[in-house]
Amino acid sequence: MSKHMTTNTPTKAPIQVQASVLKNLDAVRAMIKRHKLNDYIFSVIGLLALMFALLTLLILFGDLVMDGFERFNLKFLSEFPSRRAANAGLLSAWVGSALVMLVTFLVAVPMGVAAGLYLEEYAPKNWFSDLIEINVTNLAGVPSIVYGLLALGLFVYILGLGQSILTAGLTLGLLILPIVIVSTRESIRAIPIAIREAAYAVGATKWQVVYDHVLKYSYGGILTGVIIGMARALGETAPIITIGALTFIAFLPPSPVTDVAPFINFEWLSSGFTVLPIQMFNWLSRPDHAFHINAAATGALIIIVTLLMNGTAIYLRYKIRKNIKW
Amino acid sequence: MNTATQMLNQPINLTISPRLAKNVRRNIKERIIEFILMLAALSAVATTLSIVAILLYESLSFFKTVSLVDFFTDTQWTPLFEDAHYGILPLVSGTLTTSAVALAVAIPIGTISAIYLSEFASHKTREIVKPLLELLVGVPTIVFGYFALLFLTPILQKIFPELPGFNMLSAGIVMGIMIVPYIASLAEDAMRAVPMSMREGSYAMGATRFQTATRVVTPAAISGIVAAYILGISRAVGETMVVAVAAGQQPIVSFNPMESAATITAYIVQVALGDLPHGSIGYQSIFAAGLVLMGITLCFNILGHLIRKKYREHY
Repeated sequence: MSKHMTTNTPTKAPIQVQASVLKNLDAVRAMIKRHKLNDYIFSVIGLLALMFALLTLLILFGDLVMDGFERFNLKFLSEFPSRRAANAGLLSAWVGSALVMLVTFLVAVPMGVAAGLYLEEYAPKNWFSDLIEINVTNLAGVPSIVYGLLALGLFVYILGLGQSILTAGLTLGLLILPIVIVSTRESIRAIPIAIREAAYAVGATKWQVVYDHVLKYSYGGILTGVIIGMARALGETAPIITIGALTFIAFLPPSPVTDVAPFINFEWLSSGFTVLPIQMFNWLSRPDHAFHINAAATGALIIIVTLLMNGTAIYLRYKIRKNIKW
Repeated sequence: MNTATQMLNQPINLTISPRLAKNVRRNIKERIIEFILMLAALSAVATTLSIVAILLYESLSFFKTVSLVDFFTDTQWTPLFEDAHYGILPLVSGTLTTSAVALAVAIPIGTISAIYLSEFASHKTREIVKPLLELLVGVPTIVFGYFALLFLTPILQKIFPELPGFNMLSAGIVMGIMIVPYIASLAEDAMRAVPMSMREGSYAMGATRFQTATRVVTPAAISGIVAAYILGISRAVGETMVVAVAAGQQPIVSFNPMESAATITAYIVQVALGDLPHGSIGYQSIFAAGLVLMGITLCFNILGHLIRKKYREHY
């Protein structure tokens, strides 16, 4: 910018000085105009780049809804998969998804929250804690299919759990564990130290402080992380395919609730299953276009549920941030 | 006798007061709870260890049949054929090609979005756009696979009529779109961490927003931005469903995105869908492939974290 000003330093007669300054002034003005134009051009490009990502989401969703529109009815949810595309439904897939998610929840939430509490509240500052921390960060970057390989080797064959709902739930539970741990830690960290000190001052033990105060006040933040994790688990396909889940299931797992005492049975845990994304993958990989319509409808359903879950989580976080002022 | 000896001669009362007993019980309970919490935290370490152990264990049996030299130099990957070849190169080339296409899409768009969000967008725009980007991150990958196969490929086929139905180009582009929000938000975080005073200094010298963004903020945040790219690469390499659906399943050595080729992840899915007996060479081969995949992503992840940590400028 300064280039124009210094190169033509006026050293001659006063009148000429005037002229050269005026000339420079024009050059400077032109330059300012040019740079402002650059600003403007970039802000348009930036907006387009942002819109590109968001428009994709919109097009993707619109495309799925349009392609799968004719299958949007209750019959689609209450029929088993079939060789005839028009009769095929999602019953076994959504029931399977629900049961797998239940196991995932029961695995990931207690373990993730406990690990988060330990790392934030208990862990001494030493190499051991560092090791756990590095591990959690690292796990978040492991491709999901590798969890599938772990499950195939460990759960399916070494522990002999087979290709069951329990295996799938455990796998997805481990997969979303880092998400739950990180969100737990973040929301715990937001609680001021004064709250803890106040509780200690009236004689609370560490666990009383942690359970009655720290955990209860970070509830919202943890919930946000759990919802995001569960949404991820719902859409996760690769690890479940890797454990060898069947793609054509025309039966339901035994019901978890029975009408005879003790009213709960655990047979469903070891039952074969399929889940929504696998059903979608199965229909998608068939050459027959009629099945692609089913895949689109399934995709629309998955996307609606995950968007709703993620949307709830984001809204919740927004509310928490706005409401709590320590 | 003085008082001290008197006290010493008295019998010592050894019963523990109820209060102390309560304290002891409390203490034990506290310890047990801490131990349980620690076990939960250790589950993360246990997961990592078991991943490594399982991959190594199954791969070791694989490498008893296949020599390492063959594995890394053979240009054919046909473990399930009569005439079996075990060269990982075709799968690696497919993985690298799709990832390269993805990055060619994601890096420019992600960087520009990050600069715009951090330096140009109003507070209100940012508040609206950031959650939307997060929503995009949450879209399941199988849905993106549908998008690549049945939406983007037909469009691309109109532009390039010779494009096969399964190709690395559309899978790569869609993967790129998938990682745009990821790169954008990491890079934006890095740029927002640049202190305001540096921007103010630049503005005070008469620089425009664009000049400040490209010549002051971006260089200052470059380590974070590069780390975002590297973590993006690691994501692209490990991505499974998009390539399994849309990129094809022929393992060939090719760096031409217009062709159809299998990636490491697509191969694992393909084998897992079939019914391979436990302990067969085909079964072991997916663990060897997984080990290579894990190795590649781990390298990128560590590199990303190192760059972010080491070259982060402290202001």
